Amino acid sequence: MRYVTPRKAAIGMGASHSGTAHHWWMTVSSVALALLTPSFLMVMGTALQLPERAEILMYFTRPYPAIVVALFMTLGMMHFIKGTRIMIDDYFEHTARKVAIILSTAFGWVVIAMTLFALARVQLAFAQAV
Amino acid sequence: MADVNRGNRPLSPHLQVYRLPLPAITSIVNRAAGHAMVAGLLLLSFWLVGAAAGGGLWDCADWLTRSWFGFLVLLGSAWALWYHFLAGIRHFFYDAGEGLEIETARKSSIAIVAGSVVLTLLSLIIYLL
Repeated sequence: MRYVTPRKAAIGMGASHSGTAHHWWMTVSSVALALLTPSFLMVMGTALQLPERAEILMYFTRPYPAIVVALFMTLGMMHFIKGTRIMIDDYFEHTARKVAIILSTAFGWVVIAMTLFALARVQLAFAQAV
Repeated sequence: MADVNRGNRPLSPHLQVYRLPLPAITSIVNRAAGHAMVAGLLLLSFWLVGAAAGGGLWDCADWLTRSWFGFLVLLGSAWALWYHFLAGIRHFFYDAGEGLEIETARKSSIAIVAGSVVLTLLSLIIYLL
């Protein structure tokens, strides 16, 4: 038996049936991304300055650069997926909208997977070498 | 309908003749910047995968990232990131119901454009030093 009445379950959900969940998630992730932005730029700037591949790999075995990049790329691309959704809802309809949502979601997760794969591989290679 | 004499009265604003106010332009650019910076993130993730994989993939990724093309993509993305950063902070104020007056929104628009250029140049100088 459901203790929540249909009225109680519907209140605050609005026409989207999801209430302000999307907007609130974007707000929370933007605060996190804003705080991470200077660190991310510093880390990537430092890495791009290193001339040798071995030095770059050693740099990303350190916890701080690896965690900052993993966090920023994961949160950033999730923010991108939810952000493009608003743009897609504004400009596309019907099948084009569905295709666009699928493409943007897939793209976002591919970038996340590429970054995490690279970082994980560097850590594993380092762990094996030590 | 075309023959009806409408007199000399002004027509309602139309998209093709309506000059967008600065806060509207900076708001649209915020959306564009958010999407555009992904080019830089994609390039950086490709560069990281190349570094982890080594071999020909690394040669290709490192050459592309450090080429003048890669530099332009990364510099453009850095600007887009700082722009999105500042315009996003303005949105926190908008959401709280602050800064929505026309004059305040116009001033914050100028601050966002100028601030994003300054922060990008500052990032570039720190990078090059």
